[in-house]
Amino acid sequence: MFTALIFYMFAGIAVGSGVMVISSKNPVHSVLWLILAFFNAAGLFLLLGAEFLAMVLVVVYVGAVAVLFLFVVMMLDINLVEFREGFLQYLPTGALIGVVLMVELLAMLGGWAFAPDIDALIKAPTPTLDQASNTVALGKLIYTNYVYLFQASGLVLLVAMIGTILLTHRKRTGVRKQVIADQVNRSSKSVELRKVQTGRGI
Amino acid sequence: MIKTLDLVPVLPEIFMAVAGLALLMLGVFRKEDNTRPISVLVILVLGAAMMLVSSLGAEKHLAFNGLFVADRFAGFAKGLVLLASAFSVAMSLQYLEKERIGRFEYPVLVLFATLGMMMMVSANDFMSLYLGLELQSLSLYILAAYQRDSLKSTESGIKYFVLGALASGLLLYGVSLLYGFAGTTSFEGLHNVFAGGDGHHVKPGLGIIAGLVFVVAGLSFKLSAVPFHMWAPDVYEGAPTPVTSFFAVAPKIAAICLFVRVMTGPFGDLVEQWRQVVVFISIASMFVGAFAAVVQTNIKRLMAYSSIGHVGFILVGVAAGGELGIQGVLIYLAIYLFMNLGTFAVILSMRQKGRLVEGISDLAGLSKTNPVMAFIMAALMFSMAGVPPLAGFWGKFYVFMAAIEAHLYTLSILGILSSVVSAFYYLRIIKIMYFDDAAEPLDRPVGRSMALVMAVSTLVILAFTLVPAPLVTGAKAAAAVLFPAAG
Repeated sequence: MFTALIFYMFAGIAVGSGVMVISSKNPVHSVLWLILAFFNAAGLFLLLGAEFLAMVLVVVYVGAVAVLFLFVVMMLDINLVEFREGFLQYLPTGALIGVVLMVELLAMLGGWAFAPDIDALIKAPTPTLDQASNTVALGKLIYTNYVYLFQASGLVLLVAMIGTILLTHRKRTGVRKQVIADQVNRSSKSVELRKVQTGRGI
Repeated sequence: MIKTLDLVPVLPEIFMAVAGLALLMLGVFRKEDNTRPISVLVILVLGAAMMLVSSLGAEKHLAFNGLFVADRFAGFAKGLVLLASAFSVAMSLQYLEKERIGRFEYPVLVLFATLGMMMMVSANDFMSLYLGLELQSLSLYILAAYQRDSLKSTESGIKYFVLGALASGLLLYGVSLLYGFAGTTSFEGLHNVFAGGDGHHVKPGLGIIAGLVFVVAGLSFKLSAVPFHMWAPDVYEGAPTPVTSFFAVAPKIAAICLFVRVMTGPFGDLVEQWRQVVVFISIASMFVGAFAAVVQTNIKRLMAYSSIGHVGFILVGVAAGGELGIQGVLIYLAIYLFMNLGTFAVILSMRQKGRLVEGISDLAGLSKTNPVMAFIMAALMFSMAGVPPLAGFWGKFYVFMAAIEAHLYTLSILGILSSVVSAFYYLRIIKIMYFDDAAEPLDRPVGRSMALVMAVSTLVILAFTLVPAPLVTGAKAAAAVLFPAAG
């Protein structure tokens, strides 16, 4: 009963703030609503017993992604009026597509069946909490059975990094960079000490 | 746990990954322009990887808890992919230096893309499939936008990226439906579920079919098969030409081999469910490829439609299925590789007074200004059109034979009809080269690496008729491992 109440609270707020993300007039407010949606989604994960995912969602999405969004939104000079033009115009088509998708999904899930021996097929079933916490269980899998996937993801991220540098990094002229070695190696001869009499100047 | 034995089948991939990292470091720490040395090193790395692949032997090895498989089929596909990548790096170098856009990241990205393709063809689980696919695609998105000062190139990069992300989404959605049904993403596990290993045959429900269709749609995008082909002409035209030559060959081979493995492995027993979809995609690709290419004036766009058409022909073999069909697919792929490499070597040599040209009409009168290149191009075009003594004919021959064996008569007839239409635009190029008056001759000489690629590919397409045995038997052995029950 209590869990159900908590669930409806998280779910309701998540959906409500999701609607606010797309309908609020100020993009900064949109991002703030988005953060609220993330927090509630994290709450839903907690209810499912996936505490690691919940924490990662908060750390990664709220801590990094949403803050990045906020920076970008604040730095871009978006013309709000122009930006919102045509929003209502697309609404009926968008809503129609949404409804069609919804009906199709329901039709598909209505005839859902599981494979007869599904329990035997699950490769890495989630252990119960008294055996191992989520984080431990995931860690044990990532570095053993799934090390191949782990390393491959690392390569994917590396390629993303190379791409960012390749596509955006430009050699600029006239940039004054600090060269610490030069500063340290400055000889004392380049500095001259002078006595300045008071009230005279050099 | 990781066992040492696990590392042996993955050796080529590990070697390439480590070499890629090392070359990246080398490029960053050496201050001078090092596109050339790194390109040469990348070619050597690809060659060494090929030797490692061939040294693995014919046995089937599973590694990393069944996520990775190295068998003869993967070996054959990897050989083709590595060959295509090595040739494309060799062809790119000259272009990059002439256009002064050489940066050492280019060959390194090609290396990582190739690594992604190797992982794709060795995938034995939807998770490793997806990661290989993403490693490949991400490198390709960057390569498409590589010439970042050109509006066309950046546009093609963004287009490719957005549509590619959508396709990945479709694929993942399909995979999640399958996982929801079976509780496993491994190919063997799914195969057993659909085969009904414990006696009771499972009737595939609506959810499975939806998942299957989503997976096919996502993979078809990567193949640029109709109706998921919209990106291909724009990306091919916008991307720098050496990148286009890379796109047209290696990723196609990898994606088709992956498609074959998925369709014959986990979905092997759902043939009735996917065959109609593949037949439709195949017919649509052949016809769109044939008719849309007729009106093109830009040769890179023409090649995009031509490759869409070829994918259609290759899918005829997939739809036919069975050992014969897959053997046809592999033979077609090998021939396609050489035909496309040769044609792109010609396209990359199309310069007038040092300026690059891409119009089909710029080839006018080539038979008088450069008879050797005109002859090579003519041979390649005849081969692409499927004129008998050349290799291209045999590629089509094997897939259509398999289709007829599988009683897919409508598909075969439609395929041969579209082949006739596509012959029109290939022959038009020959007509322009031999019978039109030259407006302005193309520059000579074409450069050593281009000449080498042209010579090798022409030799292969001419010699295949005389000595077909190595390729045909290799493809037969590779196809056989996908059907353990039959063999």
